[in-house]
Amino acid sequence: MRGAKSAKWVAIAGVVALTATACGGGDSDSGNSGKVDPKGIVSYANGEPQNALQPSNTMEAYGSVVIDSLFTGLVHYDKQGNITYENAESVTPDKANKVWTVKLKPGWKFHNGEAVTAKSYVDAWNWAADPANGQQNSGWYRDIVGYDKVHPEKGKAKSKAMEGLKVVDDNTFTITLNSGIPYYAYKLVYAPFYPMPSAALKDPKKYGEAPVGNGPYKFKSWEHKKSVQVTAWSGYKGDNKPKNGGINFKAYTTPQAAYNDLRSDNVDTMPLIPDSELANFKQDFGDRAIEQDFSAINTVNPAFYSKTFKDMDVKVIQGLSMAIDRDTIAKTTFAGTRESATGWVAKGVKGYKAGACGEFCKFDPKKAKQFVKDGGGVPGNAITIQYNADQPHKGWVTAVCNSITKSTGVKCTGDPKTDFQADTEVRDKKQVKAMYRSGWVLDYPFNGNFLADLYGTGVDGNKGGFSDKKFDALTKKADAAKTIDESAKLYQEAEKQLVNTFPGIPLWYNKTLSASSKNVKGVEFDQAGDPVLTDIEVFEK
Amino acid sequence: MPDLTKTTATATDEQSVTPDAPVDAIASGPAPGKPRSLWNDAWRELRSNPLFVISAFLIVVLLVVAAFPGLFTDANPDSGDQVNHFLGKPELTHFFQADWFGYDRVGRSIYSRVVHGARNSILVGVGVTILVTLFGGLCGMLAGYFGGFWDSLISRLTDVFFGIPFLLGAMVVLNAFTDRTVWVVMGALAFLGWTQIARVMRGAVITTKHADYVVAARALGAGTKRILFRHILPNALAPVIVVATISLGTYIVAESTLSYLGLGLGDGAISWGGDISDATQDIRNNPHTLFFPAGMLSITVLAFIMMGDAVREALDPKLR
Amino acid sequence: MGRYVARRLLQMIPVFIGTTLLIFIMVNVLPGDPVRALWGDKPPDPAQVAQIRHDRGLDLPLWQQYLHYMGGLLQGDFGKTIAGNRPVLDEITQAFPVSMRLASMAWTFELIVGITLGVLAGIKRGRFVDNTVTLFTLLVISVPIFVVGLLCQLFFGNELGWITPTVQDSENMSQLLVPAIVLGMVGLAYVARLTRTSIAENRQADYMRTAVAKGLPRQRIITRHLLRNSLIPVVTYLGTDVGTLMGGAVITEGIFNVTGVGNLLFQALARREGAVIVGVVTVLVIVYLIASLIVDLLYAVLDPRIRYA
Repeated sequence: MRGAKSAKWVAIAGVVALTATACGGGDSDSGNSGKVDPKGIVSYANGEPQNALQPSNTMEAYGSVVIDSLFTGLVHYDKQGNITYENAESVTPDKANKVWTVKLKPGWKFHNGEAVTAKSYVDAWNWAADPANGQQNSGWYRDIVGYDKVHPEKGKAKSKAMEGLKVVDDNTFTITLNSGIPYYAYKLVYAPFYPMPSAALKDPKKYGEAPVGNGPYKFKSWEHKKSVQVTAWSGYKGDNKPKNGGINFKAYTTPQAAYNDLRSDNVDTMPLIPDSELANFKQDFGDRAIEQDFSAINTVNPAFYSKTFKDMDVKVIQGLSMAIDRDTIAKTTFAGTRESATGWVAKGVKGYKAGACGEFCKFDPKKAKQFVKDGGGVPGNAITIQYNADQPHKGWVTAVCNSITKSTGVKCTGDPKTDFQADTEVRDKKQVKAMYRSGWVLDYPFNGNFLADLYGTGVDGNKGGFSDKKFDALTKKADAAKTIDESAKLYQEAEKQLVNTFPGIPLWYNKTLSASSKNVKGVEFDQAGDPVLTDIEVFEK
Repeated sequence: MPDLTKTTATATDEQSVTPDAPVDAIASGPAPGKPRSLWNDAWRELRSNPLFVISAFLIVVLLVVAAFPGLFTDANPDSGDQVNHFLGKPELTHFFQADWFGYDRVGRSIYSRVVHGARNSILVGVGVTILVTLFGGLCGMLAGYFGGFWDSLISRLTDVFFGIPFLLGAMVVLNAFTDRTVWVVMGALAFLGWTQIARVMRGAVITTKHADYVVAARALGAGTKRILFRHILPNALAPVIVVATISLGTYIVAESTLSYLGLGLGDGAISWGGDISDATQDIRNNPHTLFFPAGMLSITVLAFIMMGDAVREALDPKLR
Repeated sequence: MGRYVARRLLQMIPVFIGTTLLIFIMVNVLPGDPVRALWGDKPPDPAQVAQIRHDRGLDLPLWQQYLHYMGGLLQGDFGKTIAGNRPVLDEITQAFPVSMRLASMAWTFELIVGITLGVLAGIKRGRFVDNTVTLFTLLVISVPIFVVGLLCQLFFGNELGWITPTVQDSENMSQLLVPAIVLGMVGLAYVARLTRTSIAENRQADYMRTAVAKGLPRQRIITRHLLRNSLIPVVTYLGTDVGTLMGGAVITEGIFNVTGVGNLLFQALARREGAVIVGVVTVLVIVYLIASLIVDLLYAVLDPRIRYA
């Protein structure tokens, strides 16, 4: 037996040696002319979109990336989190941030030649808000006056149009909100606020299989479970004109499969390097490896309704936080591709300020142990961290647990739920045993999104049953501010208050990790982790 | 020939196999003959078979490891030093020490985890085999001995389970449990695996029940229970034992495959399957994390299958 | 013969109902709500959740759902998916040809290589060839398939570059070759072992001695007499393996990104698309039942002693 065993051992070792040499020689031999072909097609590793391709019905990543290539909305945001105008010439609120006036850039057209007007927006939103049309993103319109009549809690629509939407002229319309929201313009970035041509509303089913948008790319074909193809549209009026001839969204079922294809140049880029390749991808791709800020944060949150945390002294949670060696885990488990968090708000959003968590997010095993002891300890001296096993969370959860147990002596184990659905169900039903892992990617680049939407009393994102009146009062004050900047400042105050209650233990800030094949250059991702497809250039073959 | 339909149907079912476990043993069929001499002969044959000696030795060692892991290592399998031991390489000369097989991503001793993982992995294999043999054996015996309605019922029931691919069935069943303990995994695999033994047992009982000594016993007025357990069972047991031993190994493999799909044992339990599937992410740079648990798993499975092979050769005079 | 087939077909009905019912119940006790999951992390909209449920018939009691499903099935309607509202039949007709191609390649591989190895080992029992084949089959069975698959992908795909690491075009036979070999590996081991045992047993049968005594050429003895009679257990195995190769390829299809039935099932399970899972299993059960009927009929061809009344 021993002989056979060693033979295999050597064979595997041989594989590793080969890897190293293959990578060393890889980059010098690029195999292309170096000239850019403006008609070249970029292939992007994606998956099968879940729903028909309607902007108001697309939420998951695979569909969103396609929709975003076909449409250009009113506004977007830049790397600092400031609003930029796309199809809109301006979006201006009144003094109370309640009535927003949208002015469109004139002369824009849909791919089928129809003009993009104020009506294209208003009609599309009204149509999508009607429950009879079954659009999943309809909840996005709930701030608009009259939404509750078009989309009642139960039953059919009582009205076909939201009162809050008024067409002023071809290129102007107004949005009236139920209450003032200083940062409402950020919400308009999202797919449900895209315009749709009139044909879409007449035959939505046909449209869902072959969408017509107003964006840089025009729909070409959708071969289910294989690929969606779009081509650059010559009639595009926006600034971000495609530098390539089109995109081929290839459907992959696992990121590992996509990664292997990327390495062998069978696909040009992918949204996220799988965890198993974190240690390799920089070596595999050299200067073609991509590492960019991504506005997302990972936390481990106590379930305040659970037996363990019901009457817990906050000192214990602070102690548990200090027991986690974030830097080491980031360096080892994540191969240096994450950054230890110092607060509750992710980087790359307006109002981000480092250090809100202070000393409690710094590893200090002695103090950790003392804090847990002073706070009266953990009931049963054991905690669990719930996570979904269909994503690669096990590695870091195990490492975090190992760190907690080593520092404080509190026994900590992972509590895997088969997949995200099972995990969500347990959280929705408030059956989490002790703690659960949580990750939050920005909805809009604004610090309030990471605070009020996650830790406000009774809000949807607050799954741990956390409630703090002081915090609620601070966020309310921030929402009532006159300007975005003022609001962001007030939210920073609210963030500081979280140190005293610790509704979540901040762990790491994420990064977008990707790479590009030898066939392309200029691959970049924005802070929401979405690729900037129009900027990718393809080399001549 | 009206009666032949029945016999051929018997032949069919007797030789049917599950796609996921080796049942080549059935081809050999049960050995007719006098019970005592069969087992005695078999034992003599076994002792002289090197295959059996090696596998028996391996299995005994593995069982001791599973029962008393503390005898082999004092390193804590649950706690690691991630700062100093992250993916530490194996020191192949440091026999029985914490760093013998290297360290995993959390800095835990792989040697210690391999030793402590033996219990759960072997428990799953042995547990499923016992459950399957008891339940499947009972069903097969009923079907084979009483025939008629019971036979139809049980045969169709086994067909129902055979129609669902094993892995798929296990995936669905295990998905239904949010806390997967050893018992849950065992139950799920047994739930899907019992039909195989039932078929083997049924075939064996049908062949045995017409043997002269059974007819004689019945003529002498022996009750059903006595005939079943004293006369038929000992003779019909041979093929069942063979199939059970061989499939024990495949259940251990099945657990590891399910772990790879995220459906194995929960985090609190150490198992080879779980460690192998965790290690697949280091397959390129740190194959040692994969190699040692996978090696142990393979050796264990090998030991049980070899044992099954040896037992079959001993029990089947045609193969001598 | 005709009566036998008719009887077998009748017996299939309860089995078919039983299997579909079993999987139907199993799928329905899974935790997680597929309709709610459409909203992911975001809060679901109660009005729409209710509407989607009603539309897909998920608000009915379980037994009614089953009857409804079977009723639709008889008319060739497999229901609709929860996400995307697409006909399940479309998903199935898309995935099955791919799996059929992969499975038939794996199956042919099992058949040819497996039987060849088994015959070699069976004839040379106890010799070097036999021991090598036995050891090889034991190793194959004892290493989990995902380890074999990942190593093959790493070695042939990424290091040697002989194949693309994943299947780019599932209609290209040469790209399916390595996945098919990985998929057929375990089956191959069983086929080889079954053949070996069976051959070794039959070698000593009386009709073999007769054949040898008659002075028939060795080649003829092996192919016409020995092999034909030894193939019954092998045929049984190969018959039932068809279904497993198609439905049980979850791992192989996942590693090599083949969009076949295994992948469809895995995704459907993750999304709790009950109709898809039940639909696929329905088709697999039919495949299994037909395969086992063919196997039984083949017995008569292989063994002259068996006749179907």
